[in-house]
Amino acid sequence: MDLNELRALIPEVNGVLVRRGADFAAAEDAVQDALVEAIRVWPRETPRSQKAWLVTVAWRKFLDAERSGQARRSREERLASQPAPGAGIPADDTLQMYLLCAHPSLTPASAVALTLRAVGGLTTQQIADAYLVPESTMAQRISRAKRTLADVELDRAGDLRTVARVLYLVFNEGYSGDVDLAVEAIRLARELRVHTNHPEVAGLLALMVLHHARRPARTRVDGSLVPLAEQDRTLWDTTLIREGITVLRAALARDRLGEFQAQAAIAALHADAQSADETDWVQIVEWYDELIDLTDNPVARLNRAVAVGEAEGPRGGLAALAGLDASMPRYMSVLAYLTERDGHHAKARQLYVEASALATSTPERDHLMKQAARLRLT
Amino acid sequence: MAKYLMLKHYRGAPEGVNDAPMDEWTPEEITAHIRYMDEFADRLRESGEFVDSVALTPEGSWVRYDGEGKPPATDGPFAETKDLVAGYMIIDVDSHERAVELAGELSAAPGLGGKPIHEWLELRAVMGHEPTAVE
Repeated sequence: MDLNELRALIPEVNGVLVRRGADFAAAEDAVQDALVEAIRVWPRETPRSQKAWLVTVAWRKFLDAERSGQARRSREERLASQPAPGAGIPADDTLQMYLLCAHPSLTPASAVALTLRAVGGLTTQQIADAYLVPESTMAQRISRAKRTLADVELDRAGDLRTVARVLYLVFNEGYSGDVDLAVEAIRLARELRVHTNHPEVAGLLALMVLHHARRPARTRVDGSLVPLAEQDRTLWDTTLIREGITVLRAALARDRLGEFQAQAAIAALHADAQSADETDWVQIVEWYDELIDLTDNPVARLNRAVAVGEAEGPRGGLAALAGLDASMPRYMSVLAYLTERDGHHAKARQLYVEASALATSTPERDHLMKQAARLRLT
Repeated sequence: MAKYLMLKHYRGAPEGVNDAPMDEWTPEEITAHIRYMDEFADRLRESGEFVDSVALTPEGSWVRYDGEGKPPATDGPFAETKDLVAGYMIIDVDSHERAVELAGELSAAPGLGGKPIHEWLELRAVMGHEPTAVE
């Protein structure tokens, strides 16, 4: 029995129960019970259709729980006052689950937790470990999210852009414990793409895959950072890069540009270069301009200044930096880098020290402190 | 999500508005203060933002390596220590704004006369891992 295949069925089965009228929390409990039973029974007799088996058993578990529960009366009243099941609901149950978990009434943290639980099929303990919080804290987030969704009508789920943002939050959380959230986010985005043809979902998948392909080169074994220009490009995963570029091309051909596609295009230009020197910085600047048109995100402006610094030289980069908010994360490290490139080593050293004091991660802080130390020795 | 440390100081923080030492409070005022802190922590557990909380004794000692083959040297306690941490709470919240909001709430715990003590709390971000998608 393949646990990953089993997990992939969870959102579908959840979705069927929700569509039939179970509320979110009850459906999820029933599906979990059915999974426990599957793990017990299947090694002896594997069903012909695993999904059908799970739906049948989960629905039975749900009905059992309902009959024994106090909530039955109120549920019947509620069901009677609601439109017939199926009205206004996208046909695909899995997609429905993604949309529900990204409902706008949830905070980002709750949406992320619920998505990993209800769509990803991770245990509460696994999610808690990945986010380095106690299990009770994660359990609270999930049950609060379910309570929030208990009275949500199914035709008002979140939109696909929100789903994409939730998955991107998961991806950016990195990894710890036994769950690699970047891998999990990619798995879920691949699943999601099977159920929708939204170009931003493809853009997100391409972006994550392209970043992930370069991960082995991004840190040394001791955890310290390797800047892009110094990365050993033979460590990049070329299969993933090809996948990312193919997915991105298909998305861009739809001519409905969004922020994830634009970011993926930038990542693709990096991944496509045989060496740092061959990077097409001019085109990267153009994509940052597109991205800024779409989002006007200060981080995009900061990254654009880096790209301009490569395309036009450090003076150009420093000019692009002028006028940006100096208090934003990484502003100081970009300023230090461009100042060094411009030949002002003493000044750059001071800026690296300042930047390291502002860093929000230990590998980043250590990297910046080493840059300062390096300049002291030159 | 980002984790923040809220540090409570015995000494060393700027002076609070209602800064009377606890031994000048009535037992009821102390009870009210403790209840406020407990309920604050419970609310964070309920909202899924609680990570950890620790209270420290005021007495501490300094320890340092004292050379090959010797036991570590110890010294103190230092009654005159400039800064003294009383305890901390770690929270996991959606934004820095939320962390400030919660620290403000904790600082409003009742003290002498049942009035908020308005103490200063130190708020520090916990450093994380390498962000995945930054080059």
